[in-house]
Amino acid sequence: MSTESMRVTLRVWRQKDARDAGRLVRYDDVEANPHMSFLEMLDVLNERLIARGEDPIAFDSDCREGICGTCGVMINGIAHGPQRATATCQLHMRQFRDGDQITIEPWRARAFPVIKDLVVDRSAFDRVIEAGGFISVRTGSAAEANTILVPKPSSDQAMDAAACIGCGACVAACPNASASLFVAAKVSHLGALPQGQPERSQRVRGMVAQMDAELFGSCTNHGECEAVCPKEISLDFIARMNRDLVWAMLTAKDESAKSDGGA
Amino acid sequence: MELRSNAPSGPIETRWQRHRSDRKLVNPANKRRYTILCVGTGLAGASASATFGELGYNVRTFCFQDSPRRAHSIAAQGGINAAKNYQNDGDSVWRLFYDTIKGGDFRARESNVHRLAELSVNIIDQCAAQGVPFAREYGGQLANRSFGGAQVSRTFYARGQTGQQLLLGAYQALARQIAAGTVRMWPRTEMLDVILVDGKARGIVVRDLVTGAIETHLGDAVVLATGGYGNVYYLSTNAKGCNATAIWRAHRRGALFANPCFTQIHPTCIPVSGDYQSKLTLMSESLRNDGRVWVPKRKEDVSKAPNEIPEEDRDYYLERRYPAFGNLVPRDIASRAAKAVCDEGRGVGPGGRGVYLDFADAIRRLGQRGIEERYGNLFQMYERITGEDPYRVPMRIYPAIHYTMGGLWVDYDLMSTIDGLFVLGEANFSDHGANRLGASALMQGLADGYFVIPYTIGHYLAGTNIQKIDERHPEVRKVEEDVRERVRRLVSANGKRSPDSFHRELGLIVWNHCGMARNEGGLRDAIGKIRALREEYWRDVRIPGSGEELNQALEKAGRIADFFELAELMCIDALERAESCGGHFREEYQTPEGEALRRDDLYTYVSAWEFTGAGNEPRLHKEPLTFEFVHPSQRSYK
Repeated sequence: MSTESMRVTLRVWRQKDARDAGRLVRYDDVEANPHMSFLEMLDVLNERLIARGEDPIAFDSDCREGICGTCGVMINGIAHGPQRATATCQLHMRQFRDGDQITIEPWRARAFPVIKDLVVDRSAFDRVIEAGGFISVRTGSAAEANTILVPKPSSDQAMDAAACIGCGACVAACPNASASLFVAAKVSHLGALPQGQPERSQRVRGMVAQMDAELFGSCTNHGECEAVCPKEISLDFIARMNRDLVWAMLTAKDESAKSDGGA
Repeated sequence: MELRSNAPSGPIETRWQRHRSDRKLVNPANKRRYTILCVGTGLAGASASATFGELGYNVRTFCFQDSPRRAHSIAAQGGINAAKNYQNDGDSVWRLFYDTIKGGDFRARESNVHRLAELSVNIIDQCAAQGVPFAREYGGQLANRSFGGAQVSRTFYARGQTGQQLLLGAYQALARQIAAGTVRMWPRTEMLDVILVDGKARGIVVRDLVTGAIETHLGDAVVLATGGYGNVYYLSTNAKGCNATAIWRAHRRGALFANPCFTQIHPTCIPVSGDYQSKLTLMSESLRNDGRVWVPKRKEDVSKAPNEIPEEDRDYYLERRYPAFGNLVPRDIASRAAKAVCDEGRGVGPGGRGVYLDFADAIRRLGQRGIEERYGNLFQMYERITGEDPYRVPMRIYPAIHYTMGGLWVDYDLMSTIDGLFVLGEANFSDHGANRLGASALMQGLADGYFVIPYTIGHYLAGTNIQKIDERHPEVRKVEEDVRERVRRLVSANGKRSPDSFHRELGLIVWNHCGMARNEGGLRDAIGKIRALREEYWRDVRIPGSGEELNQALEKAGRIADFFELAELMCIDALERAESCGGHFREEYQTPEGEALRRDDLYTYVSAWEFTGAGNEPRLHKEPLTFEFVHPSQRSYK
């Protein structure tokens, strides 16, 4: 067991609920240890707050293995903090030094309203997926799996995009609060596969339209999203999505004219 | 109460097919008149909800996470088994069935397990069609790898993120149904009780975790797909939010709880580093394909750097003890072997609770790139947590609680002892016996959700007279009031200690006495300690804030209160089962070589416990297990 201890000063965004204005609150002498995760440091602080009868700091986390995408806060202005390719829950205190001052804030975006303290509402992401982020295949209707051959490079590319954990760091880091990296990752995952071709155009149009409806901003190629993405999803996928979108717009037909109603 | 499994008889190969053909059907136009309430959106819950929606039922789905995509199935790393025999290495449905029955140490139902093996192939087809980016060969076909407890390569995978990709597939299918309007989704909503009317499950009471509002949803059937209870131990590989409240509340309303002491300790987790630790992280079993497990031969060497210990001074104890399966023995066996070498004082790392998982040979054979391709994200995760580079230094691993084979008792149709209450995935007890083989949890979750429940729930709905009720029904009012009262009681307990501090203490008791090894004295001791601590909990817990807001301490406190009761039942069950089998190792019952000693003449049954009121002894019911096709033998992996 480690005995190296460290103390840090925190400035944490406290906001009682969606209507409250919110403010940064300072916590001095927060005990930590280099082997602790960042969230464990907050757990320890919360234990101290409960002992004093104060409201603990609300923050989201679940798997604490960097895969579920539940966690995520701005740490000194950087989404998920200073370590590259690392979700907040995987960040450890060895990235900080004894005596550091650390500012912790929630994701800031119009499409992600704050619920309480560091907890935000990311349900806009779910609605974007509902607008086309799937392949329509009824349970039980699939053919034998190896009848669909997927070239390994396509499969690898799909997996690179599919690795997105939907945490929202890309939105939080973007000066425009754009969700382009998130949307592009799903568009590219499904679009890279033969199974995804039938709905490729419809998918990109639907998802992009929903992204706009949710009041995410536009992409102006800052690249901040890629820099903070815990899964290092590449900016190239945004270019790919834009190509797909242009193609989809150019080839869009009036689909309402079609009918399969039969006689 | 007589436990009727409703498992079909006759030739095992055709049981499911015949049973399925016998099921009553609900006509397509009538399906929309039925409301199904589905709790949980992991592999089982999301796949079931999506499939119900496709069939035309009116579905309401709930999860406590902020999005259905975050359920803990997402963290499964290594893979999913299927008897495709793509490797031409002799696999078959029969062999997967046989391996699973044997892996479960002959404590699972043959009919269920055979059905699972049959459906495994459909799952891969379904998921591939959904666009799950499974690993591929250069020719474009699906790739496989090996997993513990099998001598064939039947595990399909998507790098080290198989659970994530399968869950996203199911989540996307669910999203499609939400868009279509067949499923309505309530995220950040926790089920706190189940409503029974005329003995049938007709609704649930939930708490909106954002506003704290207590709400009721009524329907014609309730499906629980709420996962396992590994978090009883506080430290486990489960997500922080994983809990047993849904199944425990159902248990208190009459659903029997089966085999609660069957818990799985996963051999390859990152060891505990301090008392602030909030959870343990798994390193996939797939790593044992290429990693070699060892400790120093001599105690004196444990504090030396691993590269200073020459080959001849290392004990590759799994390869030595189990030459046929080597590093790929099943999880229960690998875990006990690790405990044994650490108990001998040969463990490495802080506190001597660790063994090496060494990739040096594999890196020499495949190159660092080859290893990166297979396990890159796992190596990175290890580095993030420990600060050590596993490409250069062997990983240090130790067993940790990972999965619970026990759960609510269900019949062959996945219905609990409450009519209309169905239980899927890890939340039920049905398929893994006393030990689950790697890459089988994903298989079971999806088999239950995509391919079993859609048939069996229709049969129930079509064959049951379900009366119309509304919110004014006295039973509905009563359950709602019970829930409100419980929340009030928790927030008004004006004690001194945080919920987590109790949870840690409870977890340690259960880990020490009902963990990797159990014995009569320890279990009796644990039961006493748990009762005393539970009393203290209700007296001395402190929950700041109110029930009418987002209150994470309150959420935890309710779950911990249920863990207390469940922990006691686990110990009672472990005490009653005076044999060793799978993950349940009673020290009194072992072979001279230290292997688990089953007592088939006495314990070839499922223990199903009935709740008889708070503070009362639970009542044991037994479902005898019969083995017509695979004859129980002493498991050997030598």
